[in-house]
Amino acid sequence: MKDLWSAIPRRGRVILLVAITLLLAAPMVLDRYLISIFVLIFYFAYVGQAWNLMMGFAGQLSLGHALYAGLGGYVAALLWFYFGIGPWLGVFAGVAVAATFGAVIGWLGFRFGIEGVYFALLTIAFAEFTRIAFDNMAFTGGAGGLFLLYDAQRSHEWWNLRGGPLLFYYLGLALAAAAAILTARLARSRIGFQWLAVREDQQAALALGINVFRVKMIAVLISSGMTAIGGVLIAFYYNNLFPAQAFDIGRSIEIILAPVIGGLGTIFGPIVGAFILTPLGEGLIALTVSLGVNVPGAKAVFYGLTLMAIITLRPDGVWPWLKRLLGLTETES
Amino acid sequence: MTSILDVDGVTKRFRGVLAVDQVTFGVEAGAIFAVIGPNGAGKTTLFNTIAGVFAPDTGSISFSGRQIDGLPPNEICARGIARTFQIVRPFPALSVEDNVIVGALLHLRDVGAARERARALLRRLDLFGKRNQRAANLTLPDRKRLEVARALATEPRLLLLDEVMAGLRPTEIDRMVTTLRDINRESGVTILLIEHVMRAVMALAERVLVLDHGTAIAQGAPEAIVRDPAVVQSYLGQSSLGIEAV
Repeated sequence: MKDLWSAIPRRGRVILLVAITLLLAAPMVLDRYLISIFVLIFYFAYVGQAWNLMMGFAGQLSLGHALYAGLGGYVAALLWFYFGIGPWLGVFAGVAVAATFGAVIGWLGFRFGIEGVYFALLTIAFAEFTRIAFDNMAFTGGAGGLFLLYDAQRSHEWWNLRGGPLLFYYLGLALAAAAAILTARLARSRIGFQWLAVREDQQAALALGINVFRVKMIAVLISSGMTAIGGVLIAFYYNNLFPAQAFDIGRSIEIILAPVIGGLGTIFGPIVGAFILTPLGEGLIALTVSLGVNVPGAKAVFYGLTLMAIITLRPDGVWPWLKRLLGLTETES
Repeated sequence: MTSILDVDGVTKRFRGVLAVDQVTFGVEAGAIFAVIGPNGAGKTTLFNTIAGVFAPDTGSISFSGRQIDGLPPNEICARGIARTFQIVRPFPALSVEDNVIVGALLHLRDVGAARERARALLRRLDLFGKRNQRAANLTLPDRKRLEVARALATEPRLLLLDEVMAGLRPTEIDRMVTTLRDINRESGVTILLIEHVMRAVMALAERVLVLDHGTAIAQGAPEAIVRDPAVVQSYLGQSSLGIEAV
């Protein structure tokens, strides 16, 4: 922790401390609606960070991360629904199941040399057939969805992840912060350097003694497990799960937008991206609702246009540019 | 002297094309050994077979008395054979220093220790002042030096250099020759190099193996090799790379 902190330039520390203080205090002035937007921001910053580990650092493109979030959410929700096992325990099962799927996808891809776009197709395929399976399984509620009863009597049971928006606000904030710290730690560790080497040039990485298969598997396992935790949070926040939403390719794309827009392979990229994108998307919905127009897919079109604009104007993402703007370029060690 | 690398009857063919045919040689520990030959003679294929990119079709390769043919490249590197690429492959988006740190992390667990080792090597190869540049921004001579530094960072006992002089100006070649000779003397690392630049081969190598059409046609001290009629005919005589320049 100490070395991470000391690596941040002085001005950056001040900005970071102010931002954290503001976020901790914000619920005092925010209304319910704004809090719900912040929960989404934290969620996308968190799962974006998990995806960023795999793509931004290890260079493995996954377009099926909704799979891991959906599995985490479903497993924890089912354990709660059928056996009353609280999500603090259920999350372990969710992580285990998601990481198992990650391991299978990773093994198939990396063992048989399925690379790049083809690997991405493999991740989409797994998310899709899991969606179809969940659509047809009775005990998960099928296509009709799984609903967690919201019982006002139990709304104080934070230990069962039952609670109001404030609980999810602070939990989301803690998760997003923890993910950023974990990423920063990993990026400065041996495995972080090896991920970058694999991302840059696999043949050269092999020639330097790196076990490329193992290094990529570690990235998938950490990324899928982390994403599942986010899935548990969001499932207990919304209290419902539908296969058509949870495992949808659209959800997978939504997960990758924040890190792509914020800056791949950077610690603050997914956070900055989530802070830009989520309010814009929600603002657009609010606008169309208040205008009384119902335009299905408007958000997707809007996200697409934003993505095109960012990729054209700031191909490295917003964060590297913002960092220069704020005068926060790396200190020389 | 005992040999550190033994290549015994190695053959490698690609769809009927015999790239390396029954090649046998040994490299003494601590020596500088050169493999020369015209383009397409099978030098790089031989290198790739030693480095684990391909398994030989027949024959065996031993390193320090243990058979290594068929092992993947990362295993071979872990056992102490590092290589550079003919077409340099730095990690383009990483800094020069981070490139070398990746190599040093093979045997070092701690990034701080790896950074120290990387910096020492960068000083050794005159790249210390450029350590914070992105590797993509280096000039070709610097990239070649970076490849050597990165390979050395894995603490090899045998260093395979694939045309590390190619594309360098004569002054840069002399600089690289001096650096390699010093590294060989100081650390005792054995060097096996593929080289077209005869000036460098004559200055560095104690022994030379000549490949032509995949076959070893001569082997010996550089002075003897350049007088060998078969060598002169197949290789040296036909180009202006000739020996007169040496």
